[in-house]
Amino acid sequence: MKQLTAFIKKELLEQLRSGKAIILGAVCCLFGIMNPAIAKLLPWLLEMMSEQLAESGMYITEVKVDALDSWTQFFKNMPILLIVFIVMSSSILTEEYQKGTLVNVITKGMKRWKILVSKLLIMFVFWTVGYLMDFGITYGYNAYFWDNDIALNLLFAVFGYYLVGLWLISVVLLASVVLKSSSGVMLSVGAAFAVSYLLGFLPAFQEYVPTCILRSNELLIGALHSNQCFGAVGITFFLTMLNGFLSVLFFDKKRIGVV
Amino acid sequence: MDILKISHVTKTFGAKKVLNDLSFSVPEHSVFGFIGQNGAGKTTTMKIVLGLLESDQGEIFVNGEKVAFGQNGTNKYIGYLPDVPEFYDFMTPKEYLTMCGQITGMCKDGIAEKTTELLRLVGLDAENKRIKGFSRGMKQRLGIAQALLNSPKLLICDEPTSALDPVGRKEVLDILSSVKEHTTVIFSTHILSDVERICDRIAFLHEGEIAVSGTLEEVKNIRNGESIELEFLAEQDAERFLELYAGGEKTGRAKLLFPKKTERDILGIMECLLQNQIPIVRLERLEPTLEDLFLEVIGK
Repeated sequence: MKQLTAFIKKELLEQLRSGKAIILGAVCCLFGIMNPAIAKLLPWLLEMMSEQLAESGMYITEVKVDALDSWTQFFKNMPILLIVFIVMSSSILTEEYQKGTLVNVITKGMKRWKILVSKLLIMFVFWTVGYLMDFGITYGYNAYFWDNDIALNLLFAVFGYYLVGLWLISVVLLASVVLKSSSGVMLSVGAAFAVSYLLGFLPAFQEYVPTCILRSNELLIGALHSNQCFGAVGITFFLTMLNGFLSVLFFDKKRIGVV
Repeated sequence: MDILKISHVTKTFGAKKVLNDLSFSVPEHSVFGFIGQNGAGKTTTMKIVLGLLESDQGEIFVNGEKVAFGQNGTNKYIGYLPDVPEFYDFMTPKEYLTMCGQITGMCKDGIAEKTTELLRLVGLDAENKRIKGFSRGMKQRLGIAQALLNSPKLLICDEPTSALDPVGRKEVLDILSSVKEHTTVIFSTHILSDVERICDRIAFLHEGEIAVSGTLEEVKNIRNGESIELEFLAEQDAERFLELYAGGEKTGRAKLLFPKKTERDILGIMECLLQNQIPIVRLERLEPTLEDLFLEVIGK
């Protein structure tokens, strides 16, 4: 336990002193504010452009904005937040390989799985806190300006993106254990996402791939019901656990400190 | 008792055989010099001992326990200083050592006490800034502090002095020889003067095998006999003597070198000089140097 707390403390210190924590926090806050702000500004923007649009034959009569627009924006921005997070996390282990900083730690008798658990925990906490900030700010503004009840299956859709984030974190971990460079890790995450996305086109797999739970547009208007996604939720959960398990297995036999 | 025992270890990287049936052991409380050219397999051997690399064949025992690749339990007996130690450079030396102490399972008071003591030993007790700005010598010294933190039975240093300036080297060697009462030190190097300064046992590694090993004196005596150098007043005296007494070679204008000579040979040379009335400037018995031996071992 002592080893674990010591290493978690080190991870936390690293995130704070390297400024990564602040960057992530700022990005999440920014997105949280931007979602309702863009929805709120939409009528005004259209009005500004109305003359131009009228010239080309388009007439704007009345623009109605509600919480749904803000939530659509929230889910539109989510891939960007995910990418920012993945890029920031991709070097979490590979940087240590390249610098050789793990050699001292391992030759001090550190249990290898504890290194992984610390890294995983840090990514988990940062993703959760960041996501909650983004969600919380958007939710607050939406409740103030409009009414959140209009969005159906909202919590499930929000949970879906969060879960996919966790799944991708587990892919980051596994790829970091197997590969040496952060670019390789980013490519692996991209590949995992692409495989899930492409498999989703096949009717047989459609409801069982992790990316299925990202169909927020359909969820919010009720075109897709949450219990249609339970299979995908289960599979995503299983894949996340599997990745974690495999990471620990492979890391125990990983060559470290050898370029 | 042997703190480290390596038996029949073989390691290949691709087609290159780096270690070839390597066997040797290191007794407790010695300073063991592990000598070899660049690429002789010193670092590979050390990494196998630490479980960072897997050997193809053979067994290694540290303090009587078998070394395993990967999650290696015997590392609790070892302190390791890599050739270029790397630290988390966002931490201060004190923070880093505290973390290391917690990882190795020391109690809180023990960590505080040992950290202060070691930072003083390596001369970093006044450094409160982050490791980021440290010079190479400072990192090397912090590396020693880090390696000694858990009072290891075996301290393994991979070329601790190679990259340092003379002052830094002296400091590191002084620290290493000051800890030898409590711990066994193995250090790899190709700087022979360092070996002569602090080692009491040495082993020459050449092409993945131990070419020569033993105590410093034993190894020096392996070359049977010493060399004798004669310096004459005039060049023609030297040439004349060479005709009278074979087996020498000319090394300077009026200098002759007779390799591998015994006590009797010295008397013979003196007798020959006296009989032929050849005056000399000096007659000197040359101690065998590790450098000669090193060159002999690697066959140059």
